[in-house]
Amino acid sequence: MTKYTTVIGLEVHAELKTKSKAFCTCSAEFTNVPNTHVCPGCLGLPGTLPVLNKQVVEFAIRAGLAVNCEIQKYNKFDRKSYFYPDLCTNYQISQLDKPICLAGHIDINVDGEEKRIGVTRIHMEQDAGKLVHSGATISTSDFSAVDYNRAGVALIEIVSEPDMRSAEEARAYMENLKAILEYTDVCDCKMQEGSLRCDANVSIMPEGATEFGTRVEIKNLNSFRALVRAIDYEVQRQKEVLEDGGRLIQETRTWDDANGVTLSMRNKETAEDYRYFPDADLVPVIIDDAWIERVRAELPELPAQRQARLMEEHGLPKYDASIIVSTKAMAEYFDEAVKTAKDAKGVSNWLLGDVSAYLNNEGITISEFKVTPAHLAELVNLTKDGVLSSKLAKKVFVEMLKDDKAPSALVKELGLEQVSDEGAIMKLVEETIAENPQSVADFKAGKDRAIGFLVGQIMKKSKGKANPGMVQKMLKEKMQ
Amino acid sequence: MDLFKYTAHELHEKFVNKEITAVELTNCVYDRIAEVDEQVNAYISLSKEEALAQAAKVDEKIAAGEAIAPLAGIPVVFKDNININGQVTSCASKMLAGVHTVFDAHVTENLRKEDAVFLGKANMAEFSIGNTTDNSFYGAAHNPWNLNCTTGGCATAAAVAAGEAIWALASDTSGDLRQPAAYAGCVGIKPTYGRVSRLGLAAYASSMDQIGAVTKDVTDAATVLNVICGKDFRDSTSWEVETPDFTKALVADVKGLRIGVPKEYFGANVDAKIKAEVEKAIEQYKAMGAEIVEVSLPHTAYAVKAFYVIANGEAGANFARYDGVRYGYRNMEAQSASEMTARSRDEGFGEEVKLRLMFGTHVLSKGYYENYYVRAMKVRTLIRNDFEEAFKQCDVLLTPTTPVLAEAYNTEMDAFAKYELDFTTVTANLAGLPAITVPCGMVDGMPVGMQLIGKVLDEATILKAAYTFEQATDFHKAMAPLGGNK
Repeated sequence: MTKYTTVIGLEVHAELKTKSKAFCTCSAEFTNVPNTHVCPGCLGLPGTLPVLNKQVVEFAIRAGLAVNCEIQKYNKFDRKSYFYPDLCTNYQISQLDKPICLAGHIDINVDGEEKRIGVTRIHMEQDAGKLVHSGATISTSDFSAVDYNRAGVALIEIVSEPDMRSAEEARAYMENLKAILEYTDVCDCKMQEGSLRCDANVSIMPEGATEFGTRVEIKNLNSFRALVRAIDYEVQRQKEVLEDGGRLIQETRTWDDANGVTLSMRNKETAEDYRYFPDADLVPVIIDDAWIERVRAELPELPAQRQARLMEEHGLPKYDASIIVSTKAMAEYFDEAVKTAKDAKGVSNWLLGDVSAYLNNEGITISEFKVTPAHLAELVNLTKDGVLSSKLAKKVFVEMLKDDKAPSALVKELGLEQVSDEGAIMKLVEETIAENPQSVADFKAGKDRAIGFLVGQIMKKSKGKANPGMVQKMLKEKMQ
Repeated sequence: MDLFKYTAHELHEKFVNKEITAVELTNCVYDRIAEVDEQVNAYISLSKEEALAQAAKVDEKIAAGEAIAPLAGIPVVFKDNININGQVTSCASKMLAGVHTVFDAHVTENLRKEDAVFLGKANMAEFSIGNTTDNSFYGAAHNPWNLNCTTGGCATAAAVAAGEAIWALASDTSGDLRQPAAYAGCVGIKPTYGRVSRLGLAAYASSMDQIGAVTKDVTDAATVLNVICGKDFRDSTSWEVETPDFTKALVADVKGLRIGVPKEYFGANVDAKIKAEVEKAIEQYKAMGAEIVEVSLPHTAYAVKAFYVIANGEAGANFARYDGVRYGYRNMEAQSASEMTARSRDEGFGEEVKLRLMFGTHVLSKGYYENYYVRAMKVRTLIRNDFEEAFKQCDVLLTPTTPVLAEAYNTEMDAFAKYELDFTTVTANLAGLPAITVPCGMVDGMPVGMQLIGKVLDEATILKAAYTFEQATDFHKAMAPLGGNK
């Protein structure tokens, strides 16, 4: 069987967090009440004119600089025409040949391997409204309702080079891009809610080939999981077509998450001709050096810089640091916790372990996590100081999840302080040695396993509160 | 008293001298509409109640001894593609029949502040597409000078000439303000592109649409410009410049003024009778001390072709919003969303509009864009350069406003030949220049207009040149006889 190389490029749409829409003064906030954030402008009523919201340009420059792009000084807007009921003017204001950002890159790391993925361009455009169908799709519904709250909200489209070679690389690129957009505060990056959307261009070619295969665009990828699954499925599908002697066609497919398959939407022959041309209602935007340099100076710390800082300042392993910085909220939580924590790695262990497990389980993000960074730090300190064993610390953590009480208070409330009093432990050690002569004999005969049993017995007697390190040490000394 | 015969500035004097009231004047104009509009068909809709309320407010101010603005109490008709909040803006199309707008145009806001009296909305070519009103959903309008003749692409000037309005607010994309003004013996001014905000003007070709005024004389034209010009931040293409007091240009003096006469506008494609009238006007200017310079605008022959590519391309996108989804005409039998849009557009738009939209779609399509749209934009640049060159030798350009008389449209004409008749006016739209038409003669009982084109933002010079001519002639004083058979 021929071996194939996968080639992936991503087109990511990010809704910008501007207060008002891109070309009118309507609020860009999300609301559940349909058609309330609308005006004659974003409804495209006759006689209305678009006026560019400068904040859109500002955010696009910020995002562009954060992914190492060159900001283009001359910007113009074009009309992209297609008929669809969610588009009030039936053309989208976008940028065709003069995008605001060109030639950037994002570095990714997959299984310890560093790779640079090119960012071809970023351009500004406007979003469409939202259709709600009475049936499954627009063509099978008795009727459809339309909500124009989202119509005219500002978007940037970030187009990558076809530099990714696996679903995992695509995932890493997407994760890094998401983190960058979060850090720069230009997008709230809620994939499920559609504020960050991703289309993947996927093709395969025989290993060693230089010419890319026929490209398929996959739409409707609204989670990292969907991205990975869809690419894996599509690559397999394309291989099978080629292996069966078939030919691939350039087409757009949609990801059916429920059934785990991609389905054909339209092919090249039926593809839309968007008839782009300059929008005469808008004037060119000239971005001067001063503007670019101001935005550059105001750029916040980016994920890669933060990762380096966590490694350097707190001695975190690269793996820990990379995961903590992957979401801005997690990184901020960490920074807050280590202000009072005596053990940064301890905080990291909690975040990567029990905290992440809990969040995943609950399906929430760290922003919604009830335990404050200060309390988590306190828990870490109680362990570090030997007040709590790690086992008891987990018990306290579970209590903290119920209502965010201070762990020190919970320790008292539950009577869980670790016993580190030598006299008390010695008493338990002596008792246990007396009760288990066989085990003591085994230990002396060189059976190391016996000590585990004896420690267990002591911990049981202390209801888990005895300091396990001291128990081990004193037991050994006593039996010498 | 036939108050409808007076100009705005004359009527203003009568208000100030308390000879007449605004309510009297408004009633007089509505009576005139009732009397003649069945023949002229200049109006699509009337708003008498609102108009009388506006007039009464002006009378109260006069009675209270308050100063009133120059256009206060003066009845004006709007072309039906300019929004008046709460009224229908139909663009003379079935597509928008009965569709009320929810906001005032920028010009409407300004005229409200001025206490102008809004009579109603004037008939027009459907969406300004076409140089006659024959395709109006409300039926063609008729020229008050000869009811057998066309009004041109809009009935605003016909309304003014027939005494159905004192002046009119209209739009000009290809000459559809100046050509009807010429055919009605009125003054029509299209300011520099960007002088007047387009907010509230239903778009046809965004890069050329411009609101202007149709009046009975140059003084009124200057008075209106003072009110409608100025920066509006809601229109990105609006010029951020000081608006001068245009009435200061109303000085009868052309001594030393260099008037350029472009030979391309006096060729075989211009009716000899029109040429003769315009040449008399040139002689008149010479006699008044102006310097006549022959100039050339070599790319004029390509203007209409470039215009149709650009305008239809822009219209294709601008009219895409009329899809039956949110407002306007909707086909109720369609079984799917796409069918609904297709059938609504098929049934809601007239034939000429559909032809233009197909044309516009074609020139922007993949594989044709470079050959049509991009080339047309290059021609546009060449035409702009032509003007720049010409203006090195002269201060204004003088041309016939139209190459043919209104009567010419009564003969069978090839569609493309008809388009070509816009060549005298579209150049100013392509280059974004200010242009004014003033009546300069009569041929077979029909008025003839001459056009003065100025430099960018130099409305003052064309106003001054037009005013000087007007002061020396009586063409603007003639009343349309409402002759001929409809």
